[in-house]
This record gives sequence, C-alpha cells and structure tokens, in this order.
Amino acid sequence: MEMISIVGLGLIATVLILVVREQKPMFAFLLAAFTGIFIFLYVIGRIEAIITVLEDLANRSGVPSIYLKTILKIIGIAYIAEFGAQIVRDAGQESIASKIEFAGKVFILVMAIPIISVIIETVIGLLPAGGQP
Amino acid sequence: MSAIFQIAGIGIIIAMIHSVLKQMGKEDMAHWVTVIGFVVVLFMVVRLLSELFQEIKTIFLFQ
Repeated sequence: MEMISIVGLGLIATVLILVVREQKPMFAFLLAAFTGIFIFLYVIGRIEAIITVLEDLANRSGVPSIYLKTILKIIGIAYIAEFGAQIVRDAGQESIASKIEFAGKVFILVMAIPIISVIIETVIGLLPAGGQP
Repeated sequence: MSAIFQIAGIGIIIAMIHSVLKQMGKEDMAHWVTVIGFVVVLFMVVRLLSELFQEIKTIFLFQ
C-alpha cells in the first residue's frame, strides 16, 4: 500500500523536524520543504495517468483541445501556488503566503479570459437583438 | 526517502559540532560550520524543487 508509506513518511518526517527544530530551526524548515516536495513528486505520477484519461475523453467527445489545455494549466498553477504558499506559511511568513495566493488567483483569471470571452460571445449571440442594434 | 534522514542527520550533527566548537571557544568556526551545512541542505532541497517544477511543467503546462 502506497498510502501507508506516505503516512509513515509524514509521521517520521514530523518527528525528525521536531527533533531538529530544538537546535536549528533553519534545518527544520528545509526538512519540511523537502518532505513536501517528496510527497508531491510521489503523487504527480498518478496525476499524469488521470490527465491522460481526461485527454482521451476530450479527444473522443470532440471538445476543442484549447479548453482542456487551459483547464490543465489552471490546475497546475493552483497546485504550484498552494504548495509555495503553504511552505512559506510554515516558515511563519503569513503576508508573503497570501501574496503568493493572490498572484495565483490573478494568473488563473488571466488564463480563464479566453473561455470567459467565448461564453460571453455565446450569450450575446443567443440574445434576440444580439447582432443587429 | 533516505534524503529526509540525511537532512535530519546533517542538522543534528551540525548542531552537535556547533555546540562542541562553542565550548572550545571557537565561535567563528562554529558559525562557518552552520553556514556550510545550511548551504549543503539548501542545495539538496533546491535540486529536488527544480525537479518538481520540471515535472509540473511537463504534465500541466505542455512544454
């Protein structure tokens, strides 16, 4: 079971961090970051399989690939932003963490602009007096 | 997996060396030992971080 090994890894890393923090808080922070990155790398292989299935589904149903690409990019940005913000928050810098999250939200909105404009154009086309004023 | 134990071990040993050197009265040596250990661990973390970012780029961002 991989889940058990992940939980065991987290528990062991937590105990080690508690031991190291007594003497050197810097090393405790780096150890926490390393553990987070390690677990993320462990999981990302599975995410790849899920995304392959999603791509296959999108190809079969004829959804334009730009939509799927945009959604995947948004998911990637969300993962990275959340990850960085949590590591920074662990180190006690709450304000920098919230700025990272803010930047992530802005970039997600920028990525979503093409989709939003397509939706707005569709809605305008549906309106009775849409084309001819 | 073993890298986590490596980092924790480096931290504990550096703390030990630091206190020993402090007892011997070599304050500046103790600080240098701390800085060098920190750089080594930082290098490990940054290398893994770059690997993670590369993976995320190839999987999510299609580059």
